[in-house]
Amino acid sequence: MKNNTITMTVNNEIHTLPIKPGETLAALLRERLHLTGTKIGCEEAECGACTVLVNDEPVLSCIYPAGRADGKTIVTIEGLAKYVDHVMKLHPLQEAFVEHGAVQCGFCIPGQIMTAFALLKRNPNPSQDELRDALKDTLCRCAGYPMIEKAILAAAHTLRTGDPLPLPEIYESIHKRKLVGRKHLRPDAVDKVTGKAIFTDDLQFDNMLYGKVRRAMVPHAILKKLDISKAKAVEGVLAVLTAEDIPGEQNHGVIISDWPALIGIDQQVRYVGDAIAIIAAETPEIAAYAARLIEAEFEPLPVISSPVQAMEEGQPQLHEKGNLLKHIKVRKGDVLKGFEEADQVFDHTFHTQITDHAFMEPECSIAVPTQEGRMEVYVGSQIPYEDRRQIARVMGWEESRVRVIGQKMGGGFGGKEDIAGQIHAVLLANVTGRPVKLLYDRHESLIAHPKRHATQIRVRIGVKNNGRITAAETELFGDTGAYASLGEKVMERATTHSAGPYDIPHVRNDCFAVYTNNPPAGAFRGFGVTQSAFAIESMMDMIAHQLGMDPVELRRMNILHLGSVTNTGQALVESVGLTECLEKLDAEMRKTNPEPFKACIDPEEPNLVRAWGIGCAYKNTGLGGGAPDFANADIELFDDGKVEIRSSSAELGQGLVAVMQMIVSEELSILPENVRVLVMDTDLSPDGGPTTASRQTYITGNACRFAAQTLRQNIVNFLSKKFEVEPQKITLKDGFAYFENKKLSFNEIAKQMKALGEEPRVLYKYEAPETQPLGTGGSMHFAYSYSVQAAEVEVNKLTGEVRVLKVISANDLGMAINPLGLQGQIEGGVMMGLGHCLTEEFIVEDGHVISDQLARYRIPGIKLTPEITSIIIEHPTADGPYGAKGVGEISSIPTTPAITNAIFHAVGVRIDKTPVDQEQILKAMGNQLD
Amino acid sequence: MYQWQEYRQPKSLAEAIEDLSNAPVPAVPIAGGTDLLLDMRQGRHSNVHTLIDLTNIPEMNTIEIQGESLFIGACVSINRIINDPLVQRNAQALIEACDLIAGPQVRNIATLGGNVAHALPAADGTIALLALSATANVAFPGGVRTMQFQELFLGPGKTSIDKQTELIVGFSIPLAKPGQASAFKRIMRPQGVALPILNCAVWVEREGNRINASRIAVGPGGPRPFRATKAENSISGQYFNDDNISKATEVLLEQGSFRTSPRRATSEYRKSILPGLFQGTFKKAWSRAVVE
Repeated sequence: MKNNTITMTVNNEIHTLPIKPGETLAALLRERLHLTGTKIGCEEAECGACTVLVNDEPVLSCIYPAGRADGKTIVTIEGLAKYVDHVMKLHPLQEAFVEHGAVQCGFCIPGQIMTAFALLKRNPNPSQDELRDALKDTLCRCAGYPMIEKAILAAAHTLRTGDPLPLPEIYESIHKRKLVGRKHLRPDAVDKVTGKAIFTDDLQFDNMLYGKVRRAMVPHAILKKLDISKAKAVEGVLAVLTAEDIPGEQNHGVIISDWPALIGIDQQVRYVGDAIAIIAAETPEIAAYAARLIEAEFEPLPVISSPVQAMEEGQPQLHEKGNLLKHIKVRKGDVLKGFEEADQVFDHTFHTQITDHAFMEPECSIAVPTQEGRMEVYVGSQIPYEDRRQIARVMGWEESRVRVIGQKMGGGFGGKEDIAGQIHAVLLANVTGRPVKLLYDRHESLIAHPKRHATQIRVRIGVKNNGRITAAETELFGDTGAYASLGEKVMERATTHSAGPYDIPHVRNDCFAVYTNNPPAGAFRGFGVTQSAFAIESMMDMIAHQLGMDPVELRRMNILHLGSVTNTGQALVESVGLTECLEKLDAEMRKTNPEPFKACIDPEEPNLVRAWGIGCAYKNTGLGGGAPDFANADIELFDDGKVEIRSSSAELGQGLVAVMQMIVSEELSILPENVRVLVMDTDLSPDGGPTTASRQTYITGNACRFAAQTLRQNIVNFLSKKFEVEPQKITLKDGFAYFENKKLSFNEIAKQMKALGEEPRVLYKYEAPETQPLGTGGSMHFAYSYSVQAAEVEVNKLTGEVRVLKVISANDLGMAINPLGLQGQIEGGVMMGLGHCLTEEFIVEDGHVISDQLARYRIPGIKLTPEITSIIIEHPTADGPYGAKGVGEISSIPTTPAITNAIFHAVGVRIDKTPVDQEQILKAMGNQLD
Repeated sequence: MYQWQEYRQPKSLAEAIEDLSNAPVPAVPIAGGTDLLLDMRQGRHSNVHTLIDLTNIPEMNTIEIQGESLFIGACVSINRIINDPLVQRNAQALIEACDLIAGPQVRNIATLGGNVAHALPAADGTIALLALSATANVAFPGGVRTMQFQELFLGPGKTSIDKQTELIVGFSIPLAKPGQASAFKRIMRPQGVALPILNCAVWVEREGNRINASRIAVGPGGPRPFRATKAENSISGQYFNDDNISKATEVLLEQGSFRTSPRRATSEYRKSILPGLFQGTFKKAWSRAVVE
C-alpha cells in the first residue's frame, strides 16, 4: 500500500508532511522542519552526529528513511530544553556539557547529548563501561571524551537525585588574575548544546542553488576532452562551468599559487580530486545527477606515488619547476666532528602515514551575490582574509568586492586553511546571479582537501657512552602531494624540529618536500613536528636501550634548558619548562610503578603485557622564520555599556572566542557577558592573520589585550580631562568608573565620549617580536611550548593488539588563560595523537584514494580513551599575554612515540612505521604459540 | 536521481510478498536498511523505484518459542536480540555476536536478517547462527519453507533466495538443553574496514568432562560461512583437555581456508591468531555448559 503523507510527532508537535522520494529523516528534520541541530557528519552511519530519538531509541537519522517515521515520536536536540515562562531551562545534560567543558567545536554535541539522553532514560545510573558502550560510535574529533563522560555522569547524578549539578574541579593558573587563569565558560556553549548554533550548512537563502564538483578521479593524466552538453540539458541545471569560464587567474594556493581551480583541456590532472567542471542546479540531487553525465577523456600519465620515487631520475615532472617543492637545510656546528666525538652512532629510518583531519563538519561554502554587485561567502575557514584574496584572484576582482563571513566551524585542525569550495561556489553564484551552496559529503571531503604529510625520516645520532649526544643528522622526505598548500612551511617545521628538543652541538638536517600524485598535503595540528617527533623520540629510546640507560635519564641529560642553543641557532633565554615537565611527569609515572619501563605480565591474563613509554617535544608558537606575524583587533564601547571586540581570527572549536572575551573583560574590568566577540568577517573584523601555528592566544590575544588597554587608557584620559581629575585617581571596576565621589557607568561614558566627538573605539595592530629566517642563526621563533607525555600500554601477546591504558601529559604553555578550554585541548590532543599512532591511515594506492569513506578511516572513539592525567607547567614568556604560549599543537605531538616506546618496553618490538600494525607486532615477536 | 521513489510499508507477510511481485520495479525489500541505503548512496546498489519496508510485519518481528525451537524474526533489531531473555538463555553466542555489531544507534535499526542476507563469510550474526545450528524460514508466493542455514549461502554476497519473489522470515534455533552452551569471540584491527579479521562461534554439549558434541564456525574461513565439521568430529566424544583441543585446532587450521584479505589481514596472521581465538571461544562455551 502506498503512503502519501508522513504524520509524526517531533518534540511534542505533530507534523503531517507529504512524502518525498529518497528522503531521510535527517533531511526532513533539517530541510523541512528547520531543526538544524541534528548534524550530518558522514551520511554513512559512522559518526553519530545525526542521532535522534525515535520512539525513545537513539537512531541515526541519516540512514533512516523518512517514510518509516510515519506514526512515530521523534525527539531532537531542540526538544530537550524546557521553556518556563518563555525562559529557557537547559536539560541537566545540556547544563553539564556546558559546565564540564565538554563542548568544543560543538558539531558532534547534539549527537552526543541525544545518545546520552537515550542512555539515561534506559539506565539512570550507568557505569563507565555502560556509558562507553552507549557512546562508542558517537565520534568527537575535538575528542573531549573525558569531559563528555564526566558531564554525562554528573547529569545522571542530578537526574537521579535532584541534587544540583556536580561541577568539575578545574585547574587554576599559578599566574591567575581576576578572570584570566580561572574557569570560564565558552560563550557559544549554550547555543551548541541546544542545537541553536548555526554552521554553514544550516543556512538557507531564498532562491538558493546547489553546487556540485565533477572531479577527475584519475591521479595523473592530460584532460583531452570534456563534453558538458548532457549535463547542461538536464532540467533544473542552471550552470555548468569549466576552466574556460574562469574570469581571472586559473590558479589559487595559500603560499604558492599552483592549484588550478578547474583543469582545462590539454592541461595536467595531478590528483584524483582535481576539479574539471562545476554545476549549479535547483536541488542537490539534480546537481549530482548532472555531474555524472559529464563525459571526460583523459590521456593517462605514469603515477608518482611517493616522494622518493618523485626524486628519481626519469620520472614525469608534476610542476613547471619540477617535483621538488623545496630542499630545506638546517646546519649547526660541524656534524662530522660531532660524529667523530661520538662513542657510538645510531642510524634508523622511520616512516609515517598520510592522515586526514576528519573534522566532524564537512566543508561547506555558500556564495551569495548582493544587489550592490559584491559577493558574500559564508564558510568555515581558518583564514578568512586569505580566502578573500584567493577568491578575488580567480575572479579577477578587487579583494574588496568579496566579503567572507566566517561561520562556526565543526573542527579544522589545519584542514580548513586551504580553499575548498569557496571559489567554485563564487564562480557559480556569479554566473547564475543566485546564492549557491556547495556542500561536500564525507567522501568528497576525504578525497579533496589537503592531508598530513607522509614522511620518510632517517635519523643518525652520535652519542657518548655516558649518554651525551654529540651529533644529529636527519634526512626527511615529505610527500606534499599534488599541490604545495602549506607543504613548504610544514616540512620546514618538521626539519627544524627533527633532532628533537635536545641541546646538541652538531646538527645537520636536510628535507625534501616533494610533489607526488597523491592528494595534497598541508597544515595539520603538529605541522610536521608530529612526524619528526615520532622518529627522534623512537631513536632516543633505541639509544637508551642500547646504552642500558633509563629513557628518562637519557633525556634529562640532553634536553633543552635555559641557555641552550637550538638546532637553528636560537639561544633560549626564557620560558623553557621542559625539565620541569620531565621531572613532574617522571614522578607521577613512578608514583604507582617504580619500574615503569619493565614489562609487567597480567597475573590473571598472562597473554597481556603492560609497560610505559615516554616522548618529549617542543613546538613553536607563531609563524616564525622571519614572517611578519601580526593581528588586528578592533574594540568598541557601545551606548548600552557593552564592548565588542573584533578580529578575523578563526574560532574552529579551540576556544579563541572565550579567550578574547576573557582578556577584554580582564583589561577593562567589566563582566565577560558584557563583551561581545565578533570574528571571521572580512567586512566587519580586521585581519587577525591565519589561525595556524598555535598562534591565536598569543597573537590575537595580545592584540585584544592591547586594544583593550588602549581603550581603557582613552576612557581614563577622557574622564580625566572632562572632570579634571588626575588619571591615577580613576578606577574602572565592574563596568563603572569610580573617581572622587562619582560613579559613572560604561554606557554613560560611551554617550559622553561620543557627545564630545570622541570615538570610544580603538583599532590595534599587534606585531609579534621579530623572528629570523632559517639559516640566519637568529631567533627563528619568539616562543616555544614544551611537552612530555608518558603512555602505559597493554599488548596482547596472542594477537599483537595494543591498548593504551593511561597517558600522562605534562605541558609547559606559559600560562593557562582558560583552564577549562585548555583541558579540552590537552585531552583532545592526546586522543588525536593516539589516533595517529594506532587507528588512522589514509590509504592511497597508485594515486587512488582507498580511504574514501569514514568507514575506512577510523578515528578514535570514546572506548579507546585512556585515563589521561594532565600536568600543567607555566613558565611564562615575557611577550605572551599574561605569559601564555600556544597549546593547540604541542598537546598532540609526543603521544605517538610515548605509545610506540611503551610497546617496545612491553614486548620488545620497535615500531618504526605508523600506524602501529598489530600483525607486524605479532610477527616480530615470533609466533609465541609454538 | 532519487535513491527511491516510493516507500511501502506492508503490514503482513502476504502483502509484502505481493508488493515484491507487483510494486513498480525495481522493487527491493528493506529491513533495517543500514547497509542497503549506504550501498545505494555509495553506488554499490543502483537506485530503485520501490522500497518495501519489512519492519511492520508481525512474523518478522517476533522472538518466541515455537515447540523445541527459539524463533527470531528476520527484522528483529540487533539491540532487541541483545536484550531478550529468551535469546540470552538459549543462544549466548548470538548475544555476544550481536553485541559486537556496529554501535548502539545502528543496532536499534539493523536486523539479524540483514546481517545474514548479505551472505558475508564473516558476518558476526551469521557465524553465531551457524554454530547454533539454525534453520531459516523463507517466504515465497506459495507459502513458507524451512531450509538449513548453510543452504542460504552460495558464495560471498550471494544467497540462494530469489530476491524478486522471496523473503527470509526468520531463524529457528534449537532450545538449549542442560549441558549445552555457546560462545562467540572475534578479533579486529583498529584501522580500515570494520570487518573482523577473524571471528569464531562454538556450541558444545558437555557431560562431566566429556565433549558430547560440538559445533564450530569461523569467519572468514572460506567463500561461504564456514562450519569446521572436521574439527567438530575430531573433538566430539573426547575428553576436554589441552591435548584434544590442540588436535582440534590443527584439524580446524587444515580444513578452513584462511586467506589474505588486502589491508585487513594476511593468511599467515589469521592462522597465527586462530588457535588463541578458537581455544578461548571453546573454553568460554565449555565453562558455561556446566550442569548446575
